[in-house]
Amino acid sequence: MSTVTHTPGGPAGTDQAPPPTRTPAQRAAVGGGRAGARFFNGFSHLFLAVWAIMVVYPLLWVVMSALKTDSEVIRKPLSLVPERLQWDNFARAWTEGHIGSFFFNTVLVLVGSVFLTMLLGSMAAYVLARYEFRGNRLIYYMFLSGLTLPIYLAAVPLFKGVYNTGVVLPFLGPNKHLMLILVYVAWSLAFTVFFMHSFFRTLPTAIAEAGMVDGASHSRLFFSVMLPMAKPGLISIGIFNVLGQWNQWYLPTLLMQSVAGEPKNQVISQGLIELSVNQGYRSDWSGLFAGVTMAMLPVLIVYIVFQRQVQSGLTAGVTK
Amino acid sequence: MRHGVARFVTGFLALPVGLYLFYVVWPFLQAAGYSLTDWGGYSDRQQFVGLDNYLRLFSDELIRKAFWHNVFFLITVPFFTIALALFLAFLLNVGGREDKAGIRGVFGSGLYKVIFFFPQVLSLVVVAVMWQQIYRADGQGLINGVLMKLGLVSPDEPITFMYDPEPFLGVPAVLWWLLLIAVWSGAGFYMVLFSAAMQSIPKDVFEAAILDGAGRFHTFFRITLPLLRDTVSVAWVYLGFIALDMYALVFVMTPSQGGPNHASEIFASVLNFTAFQKGQFGYACAMGVALAIFTILLAALQLRITRRERIEY
Repeated sequence: MSTVTHTPGGPAGTDQAPPPTRTPAQRAAVGGGRAGARFFNGFSHLFLAVWAIMVVYPLLWVVMSALKTDSEVIRKPLSLVPERLQWDNFARAWTEGHIGSFFFNTVLVLVGSVFLTMLLGSMAAYVLARYEFRGNRLIYYMFLSGLTLPIYLAAVPLFKGVYNTGVVLPFLGPNKHLMLILVYVAWSLAFTVFFMHSFFRTLPTAIAEAGMVDGASHSRLFFSVMLPMAKPGLISIGIFNVLGQWNQWYLPTLLMQSVAGEPKNQVISQGLIELSVNQGYRSDWSGLFAGVTMAMLPVLIVYIVFQRQVQSGLTAGVTK
Repeated sequence: MRHGVARFVTGFLALPVGLYLFYVVWPFLQAAGYSLTDWGGYSDRQQFVGLDNYLRLFSDELIRKAFWHNVFFLITVPFFTIALALFLAFLLNVGGREDKAGIRGVFGSGLYKVIFFFPQVLSLVVVAVMWQQIYRADGQGLINGVLMKLGLVSPDEPITFMYDPEPFLGVPAVLWWLLLIAVWSGAGFYMVLFSAAMQSIPKDVFEAAILDGAGRFHTFFRITLPLLRDTVSVAWVYLGFIALDMYALVFVMTPSQGGPNHASEIFASVLNFTAFQKGQFGYACAMGVALAIFTILLAALQLRITRRERIEY
C-alpha cells in the first residue's frame, strides 16, 4: 500500500515525452500514455475498494455478530451470516444490559443540552458579532480559548464540585443529569459561539436595519428575523452538537462516577464501556454486540439523513 | 435608545457567559490554584507548596514516558491521517478520467464519500469497543481470525496487539495499533474537508497543467497540494488536538488503562491515574496546567509556521 504515491510505470514516467501535438484523445489519457492512465485507474479503484472494505467490514461484522447466538460468536466468530437471526439479543441487551435506560438518559440529557447550547450560543454569538461595546473582543476571545484548553485540566475541580454537589449549585441538589446538561452546555459553547459568530457576520445588515426602522425591538429582531435567517448555520451546528454530545464519554464518566454501578443513571457511552470492560466476568458477547449496534444506529441514521448538511457544514465551519 | 442596547446586550450575554465562566473558566483557574498545593483531593488538608509540583514533573519517569508517547501521536496521527485523506480526496475528485465534462473523480465517488465518512460519526466509544473485538488476541478476533484462516499467523502465537509492549520502530507496538484506529476513524472527515477544498480549485488550473503535459503525480504535488495549503494546515491543527486527546482509546483498549507495563501511557491517563487512583490532586492539576501550556504553545507555533502568503486564484 505504501507504493501508492510512486506508481512505477505510471504517470511519473510518462511525462518526460510530452506529445508533440495534443489531440482530444491524448488529453483523455490524463497523465499521458494510455497504459499509464489505465494502470492508475485500476489502481485507484483497487485502493478505494480496499479502504471501503476496511471501513464497512467491521461495522457489518458487529451488526451480524449481534444477530448470532453466543456460542456461534465463539465457534464461528468471522462469519458474516448468522445461522439463525437472534433478534432477542437486542431485547436482552435492552433490558438486562440496561441499554434501554442508557438510551433514555442519553436522549434526556441530549435534548436539554443541545437545545440550551444552540439557544445560548446563538444569542451570545449574535450580540458579539453584531454589536459594538466595550469588552466585546475580550468575551469573544474568552469563548475562543475554550477551543484549545484540554478538558482534563478542569477535571479535578469539576469532579470536586460534583463530589460535594451542594458547592456547585445548591438548588440542583442531587440531580446529576441536570448538572451534566449544564456542563455539556458550557463546554459546547466555545465551538457554537465560534461557529455562529462567523455565520451571523455573513448575514446582510440591510434586513436588520429595515427591521429597526419598523420599530422592532432588539430581541424581537433576533428571534423573528435573524434567527430564522441563520437556519442553515443552526442546522449544521445542531448536528455537530448532537453528534458530539451523543459521543461524550469523559465528562459523564467523570461527573457521574458516584452513580457508576447503578446503570439506570448512566448515558450510553458510559454504559457501553462498562459492559465491555466487564466482559471478563460475564461473557454475553452477542449482547455486547447488540448494544454497540444500537448505540451506533441512531448516529448513522442522523448522518445518512443529514449527510449533505453535515458535509457542507463541516467545510463551512472549518475553512472560512 | 442607547440604554436599550446596553440592556439587550447584557441580557443576551448574561446566561451564556455566566455558565461558561462557572463551568469552564472557573475550574481552570481553580486547577491552576490547586497545582500550587499538595492537596490530596479527598480531604480538606492542603498546603501551599509553590512550584514543587512543577519541578516534580521534570523528574517523573512516568510523565517523561507519557510525554514522548504524546509527541509520537502528535506527529503520526496528523501525518498519516492527512496523507491518507489527501490521497482519497485526490482520487475521488480529480483522479478519474478526463472526459467531455472535464476533470472528475473516479466512478462511484459519491458513494465512496458517504462510506468513508462512516467511522467519523461513530462514537469513539463504539469505535473502541468494536476494535477491542477486532484486536482480540485469539482466533475470535477479526484480524487474528482472518490471518489464521489464511495461515499467516499460527494459532499458538496470535498477534497480541494491545498486550504488546515490544518496540516496533522504536515505539511500543501497542502505540502503532492505537494509531491505526485513530487514522481509521479520522480519515473520512478530512477526506470530505479536502474534497471541498479541491472542488473550489478552478478546473482550468488542472486542464492547463495537463495541456502542459503534467502527469498525475505532478498535478498532485505541484498544483493540488500547494493550493490546499490553508486547509491542510487547519487540519493539522485540529488533528493535533485529537492526537493529544487519545485518552478514550487508551482507557478502553489497553490493559490497566495505559498498559501493558505503562507502554501506552499518555499525559491524560497519567493525570487521571494520579488524581483519582493515587489521590494526588495537586500534582495532577500541575500536569493539567503543563498540558494546557504545551497545547497553546503548539497551536501558536503551528499557526506561525503555516502562515504564508496565500496563493490567489
